[in-house]
Amino acid sequence: MAINIRKLPKEKYVMPGNAACPGCPETMGFRYLGMALGDKAVVVIPAGCSSVIQGMWPRQGWGLPVLNIVFAAGASAASGLARALRRRGVDAQVVVWAGDGGTADIGLQALSAAAERGEDIIYICVDNEAYMNTGIQRSGLTPYGAWTTTTHRGKKEFKKPMPQIVAAHRVPYVATASVGYPWDFIAKLRKAASIRGFKYIHLHAPCPVGWRFDSSLTARIAQLAVETGMWILYEYENGRLRLNPPSNRLLDPSKRKPVEEYLKLQGRFRHLTEEDIKKIYEEIEANWREIRAMLKLQELEEQDKL
Amino acid sequence: MVTSLRGNEAVAYAAKLARVEVVAAYPITPQTIIVEKIDELISSGEMDADFIDVESEHSALAAAYGAAAGGVRAFTATSSHGLAYMYEMLWWTAGSRIPLVMAVVTRAIGPPWNIHVEHADIMSTRDTGWLISMAENNQEALDLTIMMFRVTEDPRVYLPGIVGLDGFILSHTVEPVELPDQETVDEFLPPRRQPYVIQPREKIAMGNLVPDEYFEELRMDMHRSMARAREVIREAGREYGKLTGRSYESLIDCYRCSDADVLVAGIGSWMGDAKIAADMLREKGIRAGVLRLRWIRPFPWEEVREAAIGKKLVAVMDRSISFGHAGPLFLELSSALEARPSMVGVPAGIGGVDISYEDIASIVEHAYSLVEEEGRVYIPAYWYHLGKFHPMPPLEHPVRGEKLREARR
Repeated sequence: MAINIRKLPKEKYVMPGNAACPGCPETMGFRYLGMALGDKAVVVIPAGCSSVIQGMWPRQGWGLPVLNIVFAAGASAASGLARALRRRGVDAQVVVWAGDGGTADIGLQALSAAAERGEDIIYICVDNEAYMNTGIQRSGLTPYGAWTTTTHRGKKEFKKPMPQIVAAHRVPYVATASVGYPWDFIAKLRKAASIRGFKYIHLHAPCPVGWRFDSSLTARIAQLAVETGMWILYEYENGRLRLNPPSNRLLDPSKRKPVEEYLKLQGRFRHLTEEDIKKIYEEIEANWREIRAMLKLQELEEQDKL
Repeated sequence: MVTSLRGNEAVAYAAKLARVEVVAAYPITPQTIIVEKIDELISSGEMDADFIDVESEHSALAAAYGAAAGGVRAFTATSSHGLAYMYEMLWWTAGSRIPLVMAVVTRAIGPPWNIHVEHADIMSTRDTGWLISMAENNQEALDLTIMMFRVTEDPRVYLPGIVGLDGFILSHTVEPVELPDQETVDEFLPPRRQPYVIQPREKIAMGNLVPDEYFEELRMDMHRSMARAREVIREAGREYGKLTGRSYESLIDCYRCSDADVLVAGIGSWMGDAKIAADMLREKGIRAGVLRLRWIRPFPWEEVREAAIGKKLVAVMDRSISFGHAGPLFLELSSALEARPSMVGVPAGIGGVDISYEDIASIVEHAYSLVEEEGRVYIPAYWYHLGKFHPMPPLEHPVRGEKLREARR
């Protein structure tokens, strides 16, 4: 589905004067969310940066209806809301807009249960790879080696494989996206909205404050994450994996940019050793190996059918 | 129609008669029958509602809250640890001013594990902004649940409400219950009202940041709503009485109070036994009555004060304890009783320990004998356990009126 960005609605879904930091990826992502779903969307926001970016009552920085909710309850509150609106015959798309902590840590139980029940909602994890709202503490989605205020010597563990965890629930749609590729994210949102059941989109969202980079570089860093193969754009539709451009050509490791290009722009990786970078390369390769194996398996399956 | 129902089933039928549209729940003993029965009613087509089988109580209240915010009547039920697990959502629901009804089947909180009746769970919700009522029997559990929808959805109130019923003693015991017909309930219960609905194109944000001054004003307004709820409850109870013949006009239920010297005060099913105890004591020449609080929040201080005027003793039976102080109900009543009768707080029956009407009679008899010997007494926690009194904190002698006065000098 080709998206012409010039033909997208001009209506503003992120209001001027909101409380976001300069260069915030969440305001970028939210703008795309509004462009994709328009007035159908109702957003449930568990505790996180997006609860604060709205600014203070009586003002409202998000141009969509928002039900703020406690940290652990994004998916469950959205389940109830979606049921209520459907019972009332309201044409709506309930969206959970949660951070990485609200998704991979405290909110995982409710997320897993809503996926298992097949609730008709879109769950978006806005992944800025740490608890940015409380001041850059480690989350389950903080990558290996990254400095945070609770991993001063760099995180020793790898990122939790959230999209795969959700995909293992065999929900109809799981996708990864990046604020560096708006048309890809918008297309995925629209596809998700056309599918009945539980949909999950994992949106990579580089945070200038927490990652220690210049606020003009948000989109560039997001793109570099993809170009270096650190973040892979793909979708699982009914269990079938498909790589999306521009990630599809990166199956070939020689097409990937050196990960150092991505790392060196961020203060959070300043202290990395040669050894650490080697580990990061290994992790990238392991992720791609998984993708390759899955694609190969699908290929073999199809040949069997023929 | 008169039928026989367990307390839990009575609550389930109340939810059905109230035309609840979304139920979200997680199983916990002794609450389970409520939601099993609701699912049964939905499955058989008798009830038109969505049932969300959530993975935890935290999610149960969150899902019910989401549904209520989306504009439909929502319901959940829990107990003990489940209620404790919901605690954060209790505040979130009340602070959002979203009408929602929940049944709490009272039970002890561990460790050690204990599934039997205690009021520690329901009493721990007092500060969260929910209306709280407590049933004496299965009929009242049904009636209060229906009433709670009307009270919580009244624009003067707009707060969620808890209906408490005693674990096993009511939840699992069959009693004759008069089921009102649907037309009667429809007449009593207007279509759902709520302050706002979260839906597409309504560009509002619920629960975002507010300046501190507004936060405090919102809290003040919740407090005012609780005060207004008293009148709303009286109105609703009066009208319910007109329609069903069972009036709930007062926030308390005072049995043989007017000419009594001694009042046994408390909440829940054992106040039924206390009424028998009062009759027994009267035969022995002690003029006893029973002051049962049907509502804990809003606190019925007017009724309670009036009931206590001229009494020599109010013995407060508490089925929970605020460790290091006294039973929570004793504290509530103690702060409200302007008439300054003697007061003895009696924690008893905790963890489901059986308390019979004979026990209650002997408690009152003993407490009254202290008053007769010593004049005015004030004993916050005089724990009754297996037929014996245990002054808390332990003292050589129970603190009696004379000694207390001496100590104050």
